[in-house]
Amino acid sequence: MTESQDLSHFVRHPADGVAAMDLVVNGVYCGACIVAIEKGLGKEAGVRGARVNLANKRVTVEWDDGALEAPVILERLEALGYPAFPFTAEAADSVEAQEEKRLLRCLGVAAFGAMNVMLLSVSLWAGAENDPNAATRDLFHWLSALVALPCAAYAGMPFFESAARSIRAGALNMDVPISLGVILALALSVLQTVTHQHGSYYEGAVMLLMFLLAGRLLDQRMRRRTRDYAINLSAMRADRAVKLTDDGEARETPIAAVRPGDLVLARPGERIAVDGTVEDGRSEVDQSLVTGETAPAPVSPGAPVYAGTLNLTGALRIRVQNAGTGTFLDEVNGLLVNAVEQRSSYVRLADRAARLYVPVVHVTALLTFFAWLALGAGWQPALTIAITVLIITCPCALGLAVPAVQVVAAGALFRRGLILHSGEALERLADSDSVVFDKTGTLTLPRPVLANVADVAPADLALAGRLALASRHPLAKAIVEAAGAQSPLTAEEFPGEGVSGEFKGSPVRLGSVAWVAAEREAAPVAERWPDASLIALALPGRAVVFAIRQALRADAAAVVAELARERQVEILSGDREPAVALAARELGVTRYAAGLKPADKIARLKALKEAGRRPLMIGDGLNDAPALAAAYVSISPISAAHVAQAQADALFLGDCLAPVADAMRISTKARRLMVQNLWISAIYNAIAVPLAVLGFVTPLIAALAMSGSSVVVTLNALRARDPNRPRA
Amino acid sequence: MNVLVYLVPIALALGLFGLAAFLWALKSGQFDDLDGAGWRAISDDDLPEDKRE
Repeated sequence: MTESQDLSHFVRHPADGVAAMDLVVNGVYCGACIVAIEKGLGKEAGVRGARVNLANKRVTVEWDDGALEAPVILERLEALGYPAFPFTAEAADSVEAQEEKRLLRCLGVAAFGAMNVMLLSVSLWAGAENDPNAATRDLFHWLSALVALPCAAYAGMPFFESAARSIRAGALNMDVPISLGVILALALSVLQTVTHQHGSYYEGAVMLLMFLLAGRLLDQRMRRRTRDYAINLSAMRADRAVKLTDDGEARETPIAAVRPGDLVLARPGERIAVDGTVEDGRSEVDQSLVTGETAPAPVSPGAPVYAGTLNLTGALRIRVQNAGTGTFLDEVNGLLVNAVEQRSSYVRLADRAARLYVPVVHVTALLTFFAWLALGAGWQPALTIAITVLIITCPCALGLAVPAVQVVAAGALFRRGLILHSGEALERLADSDSVVFDKTGTLTLPRPVLANVADVAPADLALAGRLALASRHPLAKAIVEAAGAQSPLTAEEFPGEGVSGEFKGSPVRLGSVAWVAAEREAAPVAERWPDASLIALALPGRAVVFAIRQALRADAAAVVAELARERQVEILSGDREPAVALAARELGVTRYAAGLKPADKIARLKALKEAGRRPLMIGDGLNDAPALAAAYVSISPISAAHVAQAQADALFLGDCLAPVADAMRISTKARRLMVQNLWISAIYNAIAVPLAVLGFVTPLIAALAMSGSSVVVTLNALRARDPNRPRA
Repeated sequence: MNVLVYLVPIALALGLFGLAAFLWALKSGQFDDLDGAGWRAISDDDLPEDKRE
């Protein structure tokens, strides 16, 4: 049986006779890497060119179609020292990139407009404004209009469009007063110009757009960067399946190219990549990523298996099925649909502020108009003053208040290994008042480790390690890792039972307790580690038992203790009672529940919500996905099942739980800064609005006040960086 | 004030020139990889072999 890689799914054809592929590359950090990759690939015959993007760690390779096979490029990169992973850019990805470019273009136009209009305005403020000869002033006003109107029309489009959308949807967002302010400022200025009055707001309107576009661009760039990173990570996880073709050939195929009805091979020690039923073969499957249950389950032909489970002992042929036909997946999907529908519609801080702000401002402006009219000011001056109120209250600072903090805080979290899916997740994280942990894969590491190292003689461990090298079983890997074994013994593997070899002339065996007949030695170990899988090493005359379990993450206890100081911590697990009880005891958590089905987890979260709590759910399994969706806010480790990742508001990387504690700390601080910023904007308005209502505001004051408040708010947002972290 | 007749158009033209340059740079992908551009500038690839340090 031959095996080859099928990458045709990833190959694009940008032009006739040209093939191209996008790759995520590990380990590119500097100029030398760029040169090494671009030169190295360029030397390959048939390659038209390679282009490294250092910002998002990707390479685009183009070659003459048919001149070489796609896998050759991967091999070449591997030989250069840069393991690469192909991926397909999603449509949503290019839409985001387009949007970022558009904002940058708008910002360029607004900056050009602001510079040139300011040039004219400063000369007016310097004296020409009050020149008895109005010709120069009028000329400058007309020139300003010539620059400002087209610039604002172009650069303001993102705001105008969003405002129109929100009006159609019936919910006013911040872009409505922004658009209104800009349009009215320009309209008033044109009116002043036509009627030969002094005072115009061209520079204020364009500058406002520039500030807001800068904020929006930062926001967009942050979101795209975390998105790129998430795509890179999923590409590196390289989900492939070994597909069996009709002529018995095995081809390693990207998971996206596997169709229902295909036959897929799962070898022992590998993760099963698809949902399906077993067609042929017997094995044991570790379903901890799916159900949270750590004890392996036996499977035989006809049994359903799920993507993400670990095949332990025997090779399986699996018939791929559509998601939703398996009983467990059915259950999870059903719950998921319900949970997503019932997801509480969280109203973002900025939108809540906008709802409060918009009517107040517009009513104030209206009242100002009528008050001046009643005082006999005539309709034109009254209108001018009313519009000035709208301009000065145009929520420049308010528009920046929340996004600026989000960008800075999301950047700080990103550096600590936490990827936020949305900016509002930050606000919800800060609001949460209880934490619900899943155990398996979340509090514990996603792979098993040797638990009783201290009880085993080093010589025995070393021997077991050398024997274990002959096996592909995941439990054997844990022993190899603990022993640091490198030189394998000649040994024979008996699938599903263990390995047998010879050491110093006598036979030695490593395998299941029953196979090496070590039940007597295993009993005390099983009592000490109720959640462990046991493996025994049979030596002449005696046996050594190894307990292998999914150990807690190294800093789990510290993180749980930190979270428990301000929040109620709880463990909800699908695993057996003794295993959960042990973990809870080690962590000092008193509230826990074991053996839960996905529906039970949701029920518990509902009960918490009904008691007025806002639970943060942290989980990784397929069985956690509905609970992650039902929770107020949720986090998943990067090793989580795809469905779970898709439901979580944030992902954390690495073997430590520390990013979760960091997330709570930084989001709480960010939330405080957001509220502070909103207050700064409110105070600014409290001072500026009365002045505007009384008719004291000149264009110069408006320009200074608007940019001043924006700068203060932005500087305050920078404090969300959180440079001093309590742990190393 | 006759000086305005040519100074203002010059100022605007310079500004427009800058804007056009920015839009061109954006369109030709110079803002796609802000990290890599710095390294490419100092690479010696455009020099013949014997002139490289």
